[in-house]
Amino acid sequence: MESTHKILILDDDADWLELCREIFSRLPSRPEIRTATASSRALGLLDSEPFRLLICDLKMPRMDGLQVLSVVRRRFPGLRTIVLSGLEDEEFRSRAYALGVDLFWLKSDMQQDSKMFLDCIESLLGRDSDGGFRGIQSKGLMDIIQMECLSRSSTVLRITRGPLVAKLWFQEGELFDAEVEGARGEAAFRRILAWKSGTFENLPAEPDRERTITRPINALLLESAQAMDENANPATETQFFDASHRKLTWKLSLLTREGAEFVISAPPEGHGEPEAFGVQASEQLAGWTRNSLEIARRLGETIEAGPLSHIAANGMEKQLTVLAHGKKSFLVGWPLAADANQLLEQSKKLVASWDS
Amino acid sequence: MGFIKKLARLFRSRAAIRQLPVGSLTVNRDGQIITSTVSSTYPKSLLDEIGHEVLALFREARAAQLPLAEVSVHFGSLLITARELRGGTIIFLRPQSVLSQPPN
Repeated sequence: MESTHKILILDDDADWLELCREIFSRLPSRPEIRTATASSRALGLLDSEPFRLLICDLKMPRMDGLQVLSVVRRRFPGLRTIVLSGLEDEEFRSRAYALGVDLFWLKSDMQQDSKMFLDCIESLLGRDSDGGFRGIQSKGLMDIIQMECLSRSSTVLRITRGPLVAKLWFQEGELFDAEVEGARGEAAFRRILAWKSGTFENLPAEPDRERTITRPINALLLESAQAMDENANPATETQFFDASHRKLTWKLSLLTREGAEFVISAPPEGHGEPEAFGVQASEQLAGWTRNSLEIARRLGETIEAGPLSHIAANGMEKQLTVLAHGKKSFLVGWPLAADANQLLEQSKKLVASWDS
Repeated sequence: MGFIKKLARLFRSRAAIRQLPVGSLTVNRDGQIITSTVSSTYPKSLLDEIGHEVLALFREARAAQLPLAEVSVHFGSLLITARELRGGTIIFLRPQSVLSQPPN
């Protein structure tokens, strides 16, 4: 029987591996750390020795991390896997979780929040490999929350929906805090429950966190379900007015919080009026938004440049981001002083929250 | 036999991978390419298409009372950056890949 667990770290950066070796060797369970700079070497080690955990980078030459993970998933189904990457892209996160990884962590987050990351690793190492089921779940958020409560879990449920991240804190099956997009407590919980899709992961419990939710989970779930139902099918004029008012307030606060100057949301031509906040001449700008995305898509197809991500533009007084979300086209205006490198992520967040 | 060879040649030519354009070009307000550093093996018709569509982006923006100084179109594998030049434009073409994205 193995007395200590073994961790294999795969990354093409030898300096980074050394740093990881130093950090992970401080874990309370004192695991044995092995490293590999190439995927072939890592697979060879996995073949020859039993490991409990593989920590894998994504961006590597020859065979990238996703390829390694798909091989590992098939050949070593009991092995716990963590992706530790510098690529801050939701597509990679979703693809990694679709391959069944236990945790996706950014290198920058690991440096900023190393204690949390080490707790996650310790928790994964400590889990009994003979008990419990693993796999990809496709459940509604209400089901997942109820499961956490019924099993009296102590955990932090991190839910990711595109660029948006939410957290729910449980202690012995009791929900005691929720956080999303600057909101906390019951208001945050209601917003999270409105999400229709996303991925989730379990992080170690944080029992010392301040309590913001005191009502029982069943009451909250019932109330949220009723509110969602009323929003979707307002029965009276008052309910309709309340739902519209809530949406308007939410959108204005979202615009202010992200620091955008204006947003235009344009449905496909002939499918309703554009919605504009913070700007006039919305019809004209919505037309330009639709047309510019259409021009770019056409160009991309002609020159075979791959799918269109977005258009960034600089005007005399503003920076602009044009992007599609679902069937709608969005134009987001930002002040000239805003950090251009952050605008795409901020625009994606804003757009993802807009109709939720 | 000759027919099969011709067919095989035809399929081979269709399956060929086209390289992405790299370099810069200047286009006047009529859409004519004035200068270009893009490889001469890249089809001229496609460069013309790029020039025309980029000019259309600037033109549509002016029509919407939103004059632009610079536009960047981000595709999965190509970044097109264009700066307005008195009705014409200078366009920079840079292939992109996962590996070329700087890690955060």
